[in-house]
Amino acid sequence: MAYVAIADQVQELHDPTTFIRKYIWSQDHKVIAIQYGITATAVGLLALVLSGLMRLQLGFPDTFSFIDPVNYYQFITMHGMIMVIYLLTALFLGGFGNYLIPLQLGARDMVFPYMNMLSYWIYLLAVLVLVASFFIPGGPTGAGWTLYPPQAILPGTPGADGGILLMLVSLIIFIVAFTMGGLNYVTTVLQARTRGMTLMRMPLTVWGIFTATDLGLLAFPALLVSGVMMTLDRVLGTSFFMPAVVSMGEQLDYAGGSPVLFQHLFWFFGHPEVYIVALPAFGIVSDLLSTHARKNIFGYRMMVWAIVAIGGLSFVVWAHHMYVSGMNPYFGFFFATTTLIIAIPTAIKVYNWTLTLWRGNIHLRVPMLFAIGFIFTFVHGGLTGLFLGNVIVDIPLSDTYFVVGHFHMVMGVAPLMVVFGAIYHWYPKMTGKMFNETLGKIHFWVTFLGTYFIYLPMHYLGFLGVPRRYFALGNTEFLPDSVQSLNASITVSALIVGSVQLIFLYNLISSLFKGKPAGPNPWGATTLEWQTPDTPPTHGNWGPALPGCYRWAYDYSVPGAEWDFLPQNFPPEGATIDSDGIVRSTDGTPA
Amino acid sequence: MDRSWETPGIPEDVQADGAIPTTPSAKIGLGFFLAVVTSMFSLFTVAYIMRMEYADWQSLPDPGLLWLNTIMLILSSVAMHRAKRAALRGEVRGVRTGLIISGVLSFAFLAGQLLAWRHLNAAGYFIANNPANAFFYVITGLHGLHLLGGLWVWGKTITKVGRGLEVRDLSLSVELCTTYWHYLLLVWLVLFGLLLST
Ligand code: HEM
Ligand SMILES: [Cu+2]
Repeated sequence: MAYVAIADQVQELHDPTTFIRKYIWSQDHKVIAIQYGITATAVGLLALVLSGLMRLQLGFPDTFSFIDPVNYYQFITMHGMIMVIYLLTALFLGGFGNYLIPLQLGARDMVFPYMNMLSYWIYLLAVLVLVASFFIPGGPTGAGWTLYPPQAILPGTPGADGGILLMLVSLIIFIVAFTMGGLNYVTTVLQARTRGMTLMRMPLTVWGIFTATDLGLLAFPALLVSGVMMTLDRVLGTSFFMPAVVSMGEQLDYAGGSPVLFQHLFWFFGHPEVYIVALPAFGIVSDLLSTHARKNIFGYRMMVWAIVAIGGLSFVVWAHHMYVSGMNPYFGFFFATTTLIIAIPTAIKVYNWTLTLWRGNIHLRVPMLFAIGFIFTFVHGGLTGLFLGNVIVDIPLSDTYFVVGHFHMVMGVAPLMVVFGAIYHWYPKMTGKMFNETLGKIHFWVTFLGTYFIYLPMHYLGFLGVPRRYFALGNTEFLPDSVQSLNASITVSALIVGSVQLIFLYNLISSLFKGKPAGPNPWGATTLEWQTPDTPPTHGNWGPALPGCYRWAYDYSVPGAEWDFLPQNFPPEGATIDSDGIVRSTDGTPA
Repeated sequence: MDRSWETPGIPEDVQADGAIPTTPSAKIGLGFFLAVVTSMFSLFTVAYIMRMEYADWQSLPDPGLLWLNTIMLILSSVAMHRAKRAALRGEVRGVRTGLIISGVLSFAFLAGQLLAWRHLNAAGYFIANNPANAFFYVITGLHGLHLLGGLWVWGKTITKVGRGLEVRDLSLSVELCTTYWHYLLLVWLVLFGLLLST
């Protein structure tokens, strides 16, 4: 069967026949999404293992002879960079973006399928280049994920020979891959929505991913620019960022460069990056809460505008990461103010999520547990962000464990809660099988409570003055001995949380074989992806006719309606919803 | 209910199933791509201006060759524009001539830029000597790379012309090339202005 792929492409979408075309060199957005997902999860596991190794060192110093300070720096750097870029960014946009945008908008595929496929393979290349740095002499870079010059490229920093170069090259490749994918996501949203799917009827998931992609398209160039300039400083000896330095007793050839210039460029990317990860999470969590509470999302339009406003504001707060780098006090005041202003739309979102739950018919299924877990962890991480946004509070706390606790809560744990919730939520659609509910609940409770055992004490450690990025505390007399016992307990919790992720992976894999058939719409959800004629959806998604869209995505518990949800393709003239949750016209044919 | 702004049903101004969207996706995609490129060159410009403030900055002499290159790039843009006009009128020959002239001039521009690099190098303005030199090489290099990318698409378009495709099937490619050429010309004029004025 061949259908027209997207409205304005004349060529037809041919069913791929060979195995390779279908599962490997595939242009199908669903296959690409799963490829992105698997690759991101694989490097994510690596980053998790690295964090475990760091925790072993911090919890039980002098016990593990195979971790030395050099390794520790390399672990920190690779852990941070992988988690932020290669796991979360890739998974939310390349993974969920690819899977959900066409399905939720009633399209057959992305508008540029070939470029979409290339995007994945280039991403894979970026990952391979990054991982290769573990195997070269000198190992990966230990510059910290912020890669601040001058130390990032000076001899003496771990990985200053090859590691830093592979890191920069890998980032540049990643940006190319992201741009190819990102152009697809935004253009698809603008061009390929099915009839009736107006922008203000799109599920918030799509709004979140769409806005985050826009941010990425504008912010990643800053990383590219700084990456290119740093590469030249390292390879050709230019002095964009490098001041005159004496390194290991030797005067280097650099002169006059400005490390602070790098910091501006890096954070002009780095802060929006937080929202590149957070906005998709905001969108997805809204849909999870609404579906599993059987209530319309509270304040849909406000939610959309809040997403857009946060996206815009995220470009004018970057220097709150640089309070300790020295700046004009008026700048500090400006950036503190914008940082606090961004809290307003964010708080609106939190209120709206809570109000969506208020008197809802809450089903505490696994996706819902994670969605609620997100609200908790995000609020905790967000509140400490308000503290750190103020210059006067940030200066003593900067570079302490308070910051580590803060950013892990807000951009580590909270988005991961959504990743887990989303995987559980869409797993039945992606595989046609139901996961094991009990294992899912164990996964949730251990992860959720465990992260509190890990990160809450870190805030306290930060108050005491425990510095960030330290291999060992040494003779720090101002720290009480209890710091060490606290560190040990954090490590134990981290190892438990880490190992519980194996249960998660086991659940995903074993349910592929042993899971009960899920049916097309197990949650009774309203968005279009649950209305595909096949589960999992096949190539072209929709069979002969595209679904129409007649309503917004949140018609749950509509007063007077016969069913407790009306899918977006439920026509105003009426239809029936069968026991599978699929809309049928009154004569029984698919709507 | 919290959605007073709409009633169920299909709003009337929405396209019918399978209808051709009024703007081709490739145009929108290109528009977003140009936004990405703009972001990149603006950041380079900002970095340039910030780095200029430091004491070690020593401006380059402005190679006269750059004026010639600029003229070639302008003419190439004009030729591209004529190709587009010809495509709108449905004249394959005009499309072909416009494309060829534009391509040749673009290659000439690139060659001229390389030559300017060699002159500067020969005069001792190496990339690592001074931040002004470094910025010059990087910015012109990246601009050239973008033009090279455009020439790749140009190559695909000209092959289509060679294969004897109808103008109707060419005009979108020609139009996209034209947009891109004008855009790169604009970027170049801004960058050239920046180099001249500093
Ligand atoms: C169980 C999960 C995790 C554990 C146990 C963990 C642990 C750690 C540890 C021990 C450090 C080094 C702190 C230091 O010495 O200063 C660190 C740094 C970091 N982590 Fe995690 N982490 C986890 C998950 C995540 C996630 C999901 C993210 C995603 C955003 C993340 C992002 C970072 C970043 C950006 C750094 C800073 C790296 C640097 O200082 O250069 N982590 N983490
Ligand atoms: Cu920030």
